[in-house]
Amino acid sequence: MRSGLAALLVGTALTFGMTVGATAQDKLDKNVKIGVLTDLSGLYADLAGEGSVVAAQMAVDDSGLKAKGWTIEVISGDHQNKPDVGTGIARRWIDTDKVDIIADVPNSGVALAVNNLVKEKNRILLDSGAGSSELTNTQCTPNTIHFTYDTYMLAHSTGSAMVKAGGDSWFFITADYAFGHALENDTAAVVKAAGGKVLGSVRVPLNTADFSSYLLQAQASKAKVIGLANAGGDTTNSIKQAAEFGIVKGGQKLAGLLMFLSDVHSLGLKVAQGLNLSETFYWDMNDGTRAFSKRFSERLKTHAMPTMVHAGVYAGLLHYFKALEALGGNPHDGAKVVAKMKEIPTDDPLFGKGTIRIDGRAIHPAYLFEVKTPAESKGEWDLYKLIGTTPGDEAFRPLSESKCPLVKH
Amino acid sequence: MQALSAQLLVGLINGSFYALLSLGLAVIFGMLNIINFAHGAVYMMGAFCAYFLLNVFGIGYWPALIVAPILVGIFGMVMERTMLKWLTGLDQLYGLLLTFGLALIIQGVFQNYFGSSGLPYAIPDELQGGINLGFMFLPIYRAWVIVCSLVVCIATWYLIERTRLGAYLRAATENPTLVRAFGINVPRMITLTYGLGVGLAALAGVLSAPINQVRPLMGADLIIVVFAVVVIGGMGSIMGSIITGFALGIVEGLTKYFYPEASNTVVFVLMVLVLLVKPTGLTGRAT
Repeated sequence: MRSGLAALLVGTALTFGMTVGATAQDKLDKNVKIGVLTDLSGLYADLAGEGSVVAAQMAVDDSGLKAKGWTIEVISGDHQNKPDVGTGIARRWIDTDKVDIIADVPNSGVALAVNNLVKEKNRILLDSGAGSSELTNTQCTPNTIHFTYDTYMLAHSTGSAMVKAGGDSWFFITADYAFGHALENDTAAVVKAAGGKVLGSVRVPLNTADFSSYLLQAQASKAKVIGLANAGGDTTNSIKQAAEFGIVKGGQKLAGLLMFLSDVHSLGLKVAQGLNLSETFYWDMNDGTRAFSKRFSERLKTHAMPTMVHAGVYAGLLHYFKALEALGGNPHDGAKVVAKMKEIPTDDPLFGKGTIRIDGRAIHPAYLFEVKTPAESKGEWDLYKLIGTTPGDEAFRPLSESKCPLVKH
Repeated sequence: MQALSAQLLVGLINGSFYALLSLGLAVIFGMLNIINFAHGAVYMMGAFCAYFLLNVFGIGYWPALIVAPILVGIFGMVMERTMLKWLTGLDQLYGLLLTFGLALIIQGVFQNYFGSSGLPYAIPDELQGGINLGFMFLPIYRAWVIVCSLVVCIATWYLIERTRLGAYLRAATENPTLVRAFGINVPRMITLTYGLGVGLAALAGVLSAPINQVRPLMGADLIIVVFAVVVIGGMGSIMGSIITGFALGIVEGLTKYFYPEASNTVVFVLMVLVLLVKPTGLTGRAT
């Protein structure tokens, strides 16, 4: 009898305790885990890589959430540009490490694979590094935000600016995989819409060292603009060799459709001067971008200035923290947090004021830059001059053309 | 027709790189019986060496053509003395695995310190510009690359096939004990030969620095094609690898013109065809 009573008491106490515990957890769960999934060893390691991890850590420090009782942890992983490796890491992060948000993910192949996974698991993909505009078009999900740039923006910003400047006939040197084809098609459409014509294109296998044959074909086409629908080492090698074959001196213009600050820096101004390219962030735009970039480069081992991908990781995460703060806690319901992120307007020192649209597309202005000549440049990283700005609502694919299922037409 | 001649010439230029690289591989395989997978890594080191000579010590392109291969060659000899030496007499597979591992380590270290997108190296002022040949604009630098690599290839071939030193070398690979009995220091000859092969790769690296970005993975991207060249030419055959190098450059150039999508694979298709007909390669001897 006595033991029965004791058991009842203990049981009641336990139940009560558990209920109290659970309620407390509901109110107070302020534990967030961020996984930066990036390319730490391959061809995108400079434009994203270690810098993205640094940018994420800076966003954590600058959010001020830690002082308000939140625990925020940043972990990183190398997807090696392989979708299977990338999804493997992401799955482990979500299932065992309880990661809430996966950030960066350069390489469209990996990003599209992780995109499906976060939807299935109701976590968040905050993409900065990948280019494919499909992430917010046919493949859009309530769990994905595409922050920094996409192929649609690149094609429109660089393509239409160059046609307006008189470059009305084009020849494309295209990387022979999904990203290259998409960039070529998007740009060709823009060129034709602006009254220009496409004289031809050549599909080049990924990771080609020698572009001279293709450059000769482009030269023979007599097109006014040679569009480089490739990325990374392929782009830098084609530009370097174009200079060698006297293509720009011969009167043809080169358009690097996707180029990052790190590419231009590694080419050197002597070769890259005069190139036009589009980005949504440049470190030397204003006091806010300069202050961030200085802090960033001090923290990075190579002391490089941030690319737009790094800036996007930082700004995207800052916005994420604002949403978390507004929600007050419980960061584990991905779709709910993303909905909040879409509700609050974005505002940060790097991209300025903007919004995140229903399809997950972050909207901010896009800039057209020209690479400076060695005489104009005042330092190692003084590389661009601004020649045009496209407002955010014109820079990205309008919702009226969207095939995203979240958009109701 | 004009475009075709241009492609042939461009192919010849690429062929000269293949020839230089496969020449070093053939020397190392023919004389030392080592399948040197570190060849791409030392090619990359040659390019980086030229970059450092210029940017740290102010030593320009012309001295770098001599200094860089010597420095990297010395590195190669140290590698041979400290590691490869112990593999003498073992199956070739061990050498392959060791050099492959070394290549991964070397590339990893460079990538860690210099990132992946590469460093710039300008064409020397004397070789800037180009000549209008009527059918194409030939950059002077590329013409120089063809001439330079032809001279080096022929000189190496002459050294090994026509001089007394070359005769010792070839004898030492056939029968080291007998050659040692004549009072010749065989281990030292082997070390020097490995250094020579590595130096040839480094020279190709210096030649390529102004054309391609100086990147940690530049050798890794090229090494498989170069191995295919050596296999087609006949493993270890000096003349075979020189001729095949140039020929494959031209075949690849033509593919880039007629069907660009296949340009990365045409070399391997050829390799399969050649091996089906003549398993020892075009000029290889059965052992």
